Amino acid sequence: MPPAVSFQHVSRHFGHVKAVDDVSLDIFEGEFFAMLGPSGSGKTTCLRLIAGFEQPTSGHIEIFGETAEGLPPYRRNVNTVFQDYALFPHMTVGENVAYGLMIKGVARAEREAKALETLAMVKLKGFDQRRPSQLSGGQRQRVALARALVNQPKVLLLDEPLGALDLKLREQMQEELKALQKELGITFVLVTHDQGEALSMANRVAIFNEGKIVQAGPPADVYEHPRSRFVADFVGSSNVLPPEFAAAHGGTHAWTSLRPEKVRLVRAGEALPAGQFGVSGRVASALYQGAITRIAVELNSTRIIAAIPTGMTTIQEGETVALAWDACNLVAMEAA
Amino acid sequence: MSGAIATNPRSRLSDFFYRHSGLLTFALLLPPLLWIGIVYLGSLFALLLQSFYSLDEFSGLIVHEFTLSTYEQLFTPTNLTIILRTAVMAAAVTLASAILAFPIAYYAARYARGGWKALFYLAVMMPLWSSYLVKVYAWKLILAKEGIVTWVAGKIHLGWLLDALLAMPVIGGSSLSFSYIGTFIVFVYIWLPYMILPTQAALERVPKNFIEASADLGASPRQTFRTVILPLAMPGVIAGSIFTFSLTLGDYIIPQIVGNSRPFIGTTVYALQGTAGDIPLAAAFTVVPVVIMGIYLMIARRMGAFDAL
Amino acid sequence: MRSEPGASVPLKAAAVGGLLFLHLPLALIFLYAFTTEEKSFQFPPPSLTLHWLSVAWFDRPDIWGPLWLSLKVAVLATLIALILGTLAAAALWRARFFGKDSLSLLFILPIALPGIITGIALRSAFDIMSIPFSTWTIVLGHATFCIVVVYNNALARFRRLSPSMIEASVDLGANGAQTFRHVILPQISSALLAGGMLAFALSFDEVIVTTFTAGQQATLPIWMLNELIRPRQRPVTNVVAMIVIAVTFLPILAAYYLTREGEHTGGSGR
Ligand SMILES: Nc1ncnc2c1ncn2[C@@H]1O[C@H](COP(=O)(O)OP(=O)(O)OP(=O)(O)O)[C@@H](O)[C@H]1O
Ligand SMILES: [Mg+2]
Repeated sequence: MPPAVSFQHVSRHFGHVKAVDDVSLDIFEGEFFAMLGPSGSGKTTCLRLIAGFEQPTSGHIEIFGETAEGLPPYRRNVNTVFQDYALFPHMTVGENVAYGLMIKGVARAEREAKALETLAMVKLKGFDQRRPSQLSGGQRQRVALARALVNQPKVLLLDEPLGALDLKLREQMQEELKALQKELGITFVLVTHDQGEALSMANRVAIFNEGKIVQAGPPADVYEHPRSRFVADFVGSSNVLPPEFAAAHGGTHAWTSLRPEKVRLVRAGEALPAGQFGVSGRVASALYQGAITRIAVELNSTRIIAAIPTGMTTIQEGETVALAWDACNLVAMEAA
Repeated sequence: MSGAIATNPRSRLSDFFYRHSGLLTFALLLPPLLWIGIVYLGSLFALLLQSFYSLDEFSGLIVHEFTLSTYEQLFTPTNLTIILRTAVMAAAVTLASAILAFPIAYYAARYARGGWKALFYLAVMMPLWSSYLVKVYAWKLILAKEGIVTWVAGKIHLGWLLDALLAMPVIGGSSLSFSYIGTFIVFVYIWLPYMILPTQAALERVPKNFIEASADLGASPRQTFRTVILPLAMPGVIAGSIFTFSLTLGDYIIPQIVGNSRPFIGTTVYALQGTAGDIPLAAAFTVVPVVIMGIYLMIARRMGAFDAL
Repeated sequence: MRSEPGASVPLKAAAVGGLLFLHLPLALIFLYAFTTEEKSFQFPPPSLTLHWLSVAWFDRPDIWGPLWLSLKVAVLATLIALILGTLAAAALWRARFFGKDSLSLLFILPIALPGIITGIALRSAFDIMSIPFSTWTIVLGHATFCIVVVYNNALARFRRLSPSMIEASVDLGANGAQTFRHVILPQISSALLAGGMLAFALSFDEVIVTTFTAGQQATLPIWMLNELIRPRQRPVTNVVAMIVIAVTFLPILAAYYLTREGEHTGGSGR
């Protein structure tokens, strides 16, 4: 079974800009794959390469084992949900959804029935006669989704589909998308720069930086074992400890990542159990963030951020505290 | 995959153009380009070519040999007077249109809202697109000796002023419809909308906060107008002047119907190609407005007027 | 009108005065169509009559030929301009090549240069190639300056099309031709219609270029020009002028509403 999408040393350059730079990647059938990275890191370009809107400068792309180069988008069994939805303003919602079927030559009655069915699937029953301009942002997003899904693509590409929605709606849509993907079993490729979204929805995440994939793997893996300082910083936040410090406090002689939530406060007079290491220092800042309080503790050689559950103790700036962590939470990284 | 190889010729063509999108652009561009290139530029070239031929004075036939003698003819004092007269008229008309157009454009751009704005726009568009000849004709009616202007002047006891105006040397005449004043008025009337629209478009683009910022910085309304609004409106005015100037340079109908029958470039060209049959000299004459407009367009382009077109 | 720091009285007066200056002369055309005075432009008309309407309709068969020719030319020129103008706009909208600006200047040139130049240039080209005057020589000239009208209207609308919408269509399986038919055309059609109407109005009363390309044929404006220079029954000329105003007025009004509606669906604020 060939992978749904396979990139082999793919590059896409725009003049001097290396939008995608020597990327190799396999996305498997039925997977929910997320591409995460800062702005301008090449995620959209990657998606457009899959959809066929861009051609690689070099390298090779296969979709279900077939060479994709030179194949126009309208011959690929891949559909896209655009960031701005790109609904057709001169058509009703129903006509929008039925568009792909109409192009394929499906008879009117059949495609209308399919469109209604798909609209019901995205919870838009009864909206088919409206114009896109008469819908809210969230509803448009669902129409865009239905318009792509009705074609039963083998791969669905989503470019920041939830970017324009408010937090509440976004969380709701995240759940629905995830459920839909499970139900349909279609390969989803989601581009986002919201790490929470990527981690909670995807089976596998690829982290992009400057046109390259710097790490790919299941969310927990990427989160727990960042391979580079960039990943450690970008996915969640992280304490990046210098090699000497790490070696002296339970780790190896390498740049090391330590998640703030893995750091705990040590009570006065408490003895550290085996396998735990500790430091003490002055609190430089304490930021109340609801469920947790984020404190920064100044040490001689470095500074450590700790996320402490709020309400255990009140911590003042300037006071001296002791911190501790399990040695197993220290993750040695390949590069700084 | 829905089949990598297209079968029917139409979708194969689609695929081809998809892969070579530059070729599609070219294919789209080709017919209009050929039309303009062959019909228009080709004709202009034919015209230019004619200007290097000459007319045999005795036989009245065109001599198809390269010569500059036609251009020599162009620079005789009589012809230079015609060119100068036309250029002065075009400049005066342009200036007057700019002055008349500005308040209308300014009002429409800054104060008119909603329905009023639509009304203003239509009120300018209508005369712009309505029949040129009908408009000229209307002025013939107005300016005629027994027409409405004379009548109104008599009613408000300003007949003496009209008479004094017509008694002035050069610009006066037996009646308004037989004087430079008449020609000038009709030119301004006919080309005015061409000045209003680009000026208004430029003024619409002056952001309101520019004006507020200027007022904030302590500028009086007059200073704001002079230092902020006027410079920003200038490209629009220049764009408009391209039309008023060019159209006046080449017109040959208005001076025939309203005016003192002294020749302008347009009427001369018309007479030369028609009754006199001297196509070479007529061609040489038309090169004058082309050169003037060429220079004008270059300056206008430098001043950013093309964005306002 | 919304309350804003209102316009000053002189500005208002100048604006309204300017508009009156633009419109009153046209009103006079209508008035003189009903005058009983045939020989001069006496104001006020001694008295009014409907006589000239019937004269124009029954006693002046010389009006019908030119009217018919003008309509024919305007329709043909508009069709050519619609095709060529849309193609040019589509190409320049897609194009990213160097020299795009010069090309758009080229399409504007026929209206930026005085009409007499276009006229005499065409005429001398017909001369050189010994092409006899015909309806088509007139159409040739008219189409040339009508292209730019369609081009401008179409390009403005093309620029408002969102690129991702076109990609969406291609993504959903439509090839270039299908995307044009189902997505692009419906969204530019009102602009094309508007451009076509304006081109029609422009062609219908064009006289400057036509004089050079018509030979012995008379379009309605040429008929009018002859009447102006050698008047026969002046009020009949006014009646014809009224017809011309009506025939050009309606398409212009329609064009205005067509393009305005487009702006509203485009989502402009007011
Ligand atoms: N058509 C293009 N021409 C030139 N440069 C381009 C083009 N498309 C993308 N780029 C450049 O390629 C780089 C990657 O762009 P891309 O859109 O893939 O980033 P992204 O990861 O999607 O960013 P964002 O999160 O902001 O959407 C950017 O530097 C961008 O400027
Ligand atoms: Mg992007």
